[in-house]
Amino acid sequence: MANLKKVLAGSLSLCLAASMFTACGSTDSSSTSDGKSGSESKAGNGTGISDNKDRINTAELHGVDSSDESKNTLTIYCWNTEFKSRLDKYYPQGTSMELEYNELEDGSKEVKSINGVTLNWVQIENEGNAYQTKLDDALKAQQDSTEKVDMFLMEADYALKYANGDVALSVQDIGITEDDMSEMYQYTKDVATDTNTGELKGLSWQATPGLFMYNADIAKEVLGTDDPAEVQEYVKDWDTFTETAAKMKEKGYFMVSGFDDAYRCYSNNMSSPWVTDGKITVDPQIKAWVDQTKDYTDKGYNNKTSLWDEAWVAGQKIDGGVFGYFFSTWGIPFTLLPNTVDEAIKADNSNAVEGNGGYGRWRATEGPQAYYWGGTWICGAIDSDNQDIVADIMRVMTCNKDVAKAITDGEQDYTNNKAAIKELIDGGYSNPFLGGQDHLSLLTAAADKIDLSNKLSAYDQGCNEKFQGAMKDYFLGNVGSYEEALENFKKNITDLYGNLECDF
Amino acid sequence: MKRKSISYAKWGYIFLIPFFVVYIIFSLYPLFQTFYYSFMDYVKDQGAVGGGWTRQAVEVTPEFCGLKNYSAIFSSGSDLLQAFWNTIIMWLVGFIPQIAVSLILAVWFTDLRLKIKAQGFFKAVIYLPNVIMASAFAFLFYSLFSRGGAIYDIIKIPLLESAWGSRGIVGLINFILWYGNTTILLMAAIMGVDPSLYESAQIDGATSNQTFWKITIPLIKPIMSFVLVTSMIGGLQMYDVPALLTKDMGTPNRKLMTVVMIIQSNKQGNIGKASALCVIIFAISAVVGMLLMFASADKDGKKKKKKRG
Amino acid sequence: MPMNTDVVGAKSSNTSLMIKRIVAYTVLILLVIVSLFPFYLLIINATRGRSQPGIRWVPDHFLITNFKNLFKGTTAVAYGSVWRSLANSLFISGCTSLLSVYFSALTAYAIHVYHFKLRKFADTFILIVMMVPTQASAIGFYQFMSKLGLTDTYVPLIVPAIAAPATYYFMKQYMASALPLEIVEAARIDGCGEFKTFNKIVTPILKPAFAVQIIFTFVTNWNNYFMPRLILESKSKYTIPLVLNAMRYAGPQEKDVGMFSLYIVIAILPVVVVYLCLSKFIIRGVALGSVKG
Repeated sequence: MANLKKVLAGSLSLCLAASMFTACGSTDSSSTSDGKSGSESKAGNGTGISDNKDRINTAELHGVDSSDESKNTLTIYCWNTEFKSRLDKYYPQGTSMELEYNELEDGSKEVKSINGVTLNWVQIENEGNAYQTKLDDALKAQQDSTEKVDMFLMEADYALKYANGDVALSVQDIGITEDDMSEMYQYTKDVATDTNTGELKGLSWQATPGLFMYNADIAKEVLGTDDPAEVQEYVKDWDTFTETAAKMKEKGYFMVSGFDDAYRCYSNNMSSPWVTDGKITVDPQIKAWVDQTKDYTDKGYNNKTSLWDEAWVAGQKIDGGVFGYFFSTWGIPFTLLPNTVDEAIKADNSNAVEGNGGYGRWRATEGPQAYYWGGTWICGAIDSDNQDIVADIMRVMTCNKDVAKAITDGEQDYTNNKAAIKELIDGGYSNPFLGGQDHLSLLTAAADKIDLSNKLSAYDQGCNEKFQGAMKDYFLGNVGSYEEALENFKKNITDLYGNLECDF
Repeated sequence: MKRKSISYAKWGYIFLIPFFVVYIIFSLYPLFQTFYYSFMDYVKDQGAVGGGWTRQAVEVTPEFCGLKNYSAIFSSGSDLLQAFWNTIIMWLVGFIPQIAVSLILAVWFTDLRLKIKAQGFFKAVIYLPNVIMASAFAFLFYSLFSRGGAIYDIIKIPLLESAWGSRGIVGLINFILWYGNTTILLMAAIMGVDPSLYESAQIDGATSNQTFWKITIPLIKPIMSFVLVTSMIGGLQMYDVPALLTKDMGTPNRKLMTVVMIIQSNKQGNIGKASALCVIIFAISAVVGMLLMFASADKDGKKKKKKRG
Repeated sequence: MPMNTDVVGAKSSNTSLMIKRIVAYTVLILLVIVSLFPFYLLIINATRGRSQPGIRWVPDHFLITNFKNLFKGTTAVAYGSVWRSLANSLFISGCTSLLSVYFSALTAYAIHVYHFKLRKFADTFILIVMMVPTQASAIGFYQFMSKLGLTDTYVPLIVPAIAAPATYYFMKQYMASALPLEIVEAARIDGCGEFKTFNKIVTPILKPAFAVQIIFTFVTNWNNYFMPRLILESKSKYTIPLVLNAMRYAGPQEKDVGMFSLYIVIAILPVVVVYLCLSKFIIRGVALGSVKG
C-alpha cells in the first residue's frame, strides 16, 4: 500500500517535473511567483529534463504541492539557538511583515508568526554529522513531501555541499539584488557560491574574522607593555610568536592553551582544499601547524588542553596562566567573557565592570596570520512554499544596515555589513570588555584579508575534526611519529567518508 | 504418558507463534538485509546532496561486489583485529571484578549465618548506578579524569591520555554500572536453590566454603553462564562509553576503538562495509556464545537426564 | 558428643564470623560510596552554573536558575520538552517491559513444558539469535521500517520486545530451577486449560523472575539511545536519551552543564522509584518461597 502510494507520488512528481522544466526554459526565473499556480497550469505538457539541465535551481516549485499546514508553517532547520535569538530580537526592527509574538518566561518576546505563517524551528545537534544527516533526509524528500522545509542554516565547513547540490534557492531567484548585498564581505559570498553555476545560495549576517586575544596582565609583566599595537610586534609572525612563547615559558606562563588554538590560522591559509577530485591531501600549512604544535608541546609552550575542555576554559580566568587565545568575533560574548568573569553578567550589565574577574583586562590584536573561524549561513530551501518570507528574513537579517548596526552594538557580533561597521567605528566605538579598545577596526583589517577562493571542500568538518584528533596522539607522544598519526587519520577519515581516497 | 505429551504438543507451537512472528519481521528479515548489503558496493558521498532533479546523480544504487567489503576489512591497512582486541580487553577489565564482587556479595547477602543487616538498603544502592545512562556516566568521568578535572588535579596523571589508563576508566564505568545488576541475578539464583540443601549441608557439618563450592556454584551455573554470555555480548557491542570518552576517535592511538565504533563511523558513508562488519561481529558473537553455551549445557544436560531418569 | 563439637565449632566460627562480618560491612560501605558518588556529583552539579570547572562538594545556588532554564519554552524548542520526554519514555519502557516479560515467559514455557518435534531446534535457534547484536541488523532494520512507513512511530521500538531472546533465556533458566513439571501436570489433572494454566498458575510462580526482568528491561529501554535515535524524528516523540544528547551536544555557546545535570537527575528519579518499589517485591517474592510450590 505504502509502496503504491510512493509510486503514484513519484510518477506524479515526475510528470510535474517534466512540465516544470519546459516552463523554466521559457521564462526568466528571477520572478518570485509561488510555484503552486505554475505547476497546476503547466502540468502534463512537458517533455524532457535535458531541456534545462543547467538551470534547475529556481524559485519555482518542482514537486508535489504542499499541504495547507505546510504553507502556514515556516520550517527552519538549525543546530543551535543563535540565529533564532538574533531573529527574535532584530528581525522586527527591519521588516514590514505583520508579526505575532510569544511572551517568554524571562520577559523577552519571540516571533511566533510572520504574516500569519507560524515559525517552526527544527534544532538538531551538530555533533557527529547528525545535523547534516537529518537535514539531508529532509531535503531529499522535499519534492515528494507535502511538508516543506523553508529555510536551513549551514556552516562554512560543509557549505559547499549545499551550495553545489540543488537543494538551496539561489538568492537572486528570490529577489535579493546585488545592490542589497553590496556591503557584504566577498568571502562570505564565496563560501556559499555554487562552484558549478556561480549562483549564490546562502547569506550570512556575520563575518567572522579572527584575532589574537591576550591577557593584559601577563603582557605587562612579561613584555613590559599591554598596548595592542606594541604587543602585535611580539606576535606579528610565527617566528616572533614562538620567540615570545619562550619568554612566556620562562616566566611560567603558557603562550596558548592547547593544541588546536592556532589551527584555524593555518587551515584558513591552505593553498588547496582538503579534498579535490575525491582525493584527500594534507596541505603544507596544515603540516606547519603540526610541526609548530609538536614543538610547543615538547617545549611546554602550551597547557596540552583541547578546545572547549574545562582546562582550556580555566585558562581564560585572568589568573589562568595562559597568555592568549585565538578567537573570532563571537569568541568574546560566547566564550571569553562568560569564562573570565567571576560573577555571571547580569541582565542589566551592572556588574560588567573591571574587577569582575577578567572583565576589562583582555586585549585583542591581529596576530600572526589573518583567518576566520565559524559563521552561519542562511539558505532558502528549494521548493519552499513560503519564499517571500524567506527572502524577507534574508534581506532584513543580512542586508539591512540598521539591523546590522544594532546586532553589533547589542551582541558584539561582527556583522557582515561594511557600512554598518564603518559607522560604528566612526562613531567612536569602544569595547569595555577589552578595556575600551576598538576591536572592530582590527576585525575590519582582518576581514579584508580573508580569501577563501579554492580553500573549501564539502568535507572540511570531518577532515578538521579527525585530523586534529589524530594529531593529538602525536603531540602527546602516544604514537611514535607523525607518519603513524597520519595513518590513524587515514583510517578515521576513510571510515567517515567512504568515497574518498587518501593522497598521502 | 507418551501419547499425552503428543496431544499437548500443538500448544508448544501455539505459544511460540508470537515470538517467532515478531522475530522474523523485526530482526531476521533486517538481518538478512544486512547480510545482503554486506556484499554490495554501497558507498554514499556525504559531501553531496541532491534534492532537485539531479538527485539521481547523487543517490547511489548498491551494486553487487562479491567479497570486496570483507577483503577491505581484512586487508593489511585495517585494524579490525586491534579493535576486536581492544573490545575484549575493555570488557575483561570491567567484567572480571564485576563477576568476582557480585558473587561475593550475592553469597554474603544470602548467607544465613552472616545475617547482613540493612540488606534492602545495600541491594538498592549497589544496583542504582545502572539506572544512569551510560552517556551521563561517560560525561561525568570525562570531567573528573581529563586535564583540569577533579581527580586529575589530585593524582596529576592524565589517565585519559594513556591507553591503559583510559581502558581502566572504561572498565571502571562498566563495573559500577553492572555489578549491582549481576549481584541481583546471582542472588535470585542462589535463593532459588532449595533451602533444604543448605540445611542438610549444615547438619552434615559443611563449612561455608564447602557449601559455596559444592552446592551454590554448581546449582547457579545456569545463571552464571547467562551472566557471562549476556555480558560478553554486551561487551562485544561496547560503544557508547569509549565513544563518548574519546569523541569517537578511540584515542590514544586507536587503542580504545571498538568494533561497533568502527561500524558506527562507517554507517553513514560506507553502508556495504558497515554491513560486512555487522556480519563479522555477528559471526564472532555466535561462535563464542555457542561454545560457552555448549560447554555449560553439556553438564546440565547430563544432570537433568540423571534426575529425570 | 555431638553437643560437644557443636560448642567448640560455635566458638571458633563465632570469631571467624565476626571477622567475616567486619570485612563484609567494610566492603559494602566502600561499594555504597562508589555507587552513590556519581549521584552525589550529579545532584551537586545540578545546583551549579552553566560552566563547571573543577569539582564542588557542597551545593551551589543555581538550582532555581537551572529549573527555570530547563522548563523554558525555548529549551523545549531547542532540545525537546522535559515532561513530554518523560511521558514518552515511560510509555515505551512500560510497554516494552510488560510485553517482553510476558511473551518471553510464554515462549520459555513452551520450550520448558511441551515436547514437540521442533522443540530442540526452537531452543537452539533462540539461543543463537541471542548472540546477534542489535547493531548487526540495524541497517536493514531502518530501511525496512521506512519501507513500511513505521519510522517516527513507536511501533519499531515497542513491538520487537515480544521477541527478547535474553529475557527468554533468563525465564527458561528460572523455570528449570523453579518450575517443576509436576505443577503443570497437577493443573491438567484438575482440568485446567493450557493457556489458563500458564496465566493463572505459572505466572504467579514466576513473579520473582518477572520482577527482575521488568526492572532490567525497563531500565534498558529508559536508557536506550541507539534505537530511538534511529527511528524517531519529531521532537514531540523524543525519549529522554535523545533530549539528553541534544543538550549535551549543544554548541559551546549554549552548553549549560547545570541544566543538563538537573535533567539527568529528573530523568533518573522515576527509575529509582520504580526500582525501589520492585526491589522490595523481589525480595519478598523470593522469601515467600513460591519456588517451593
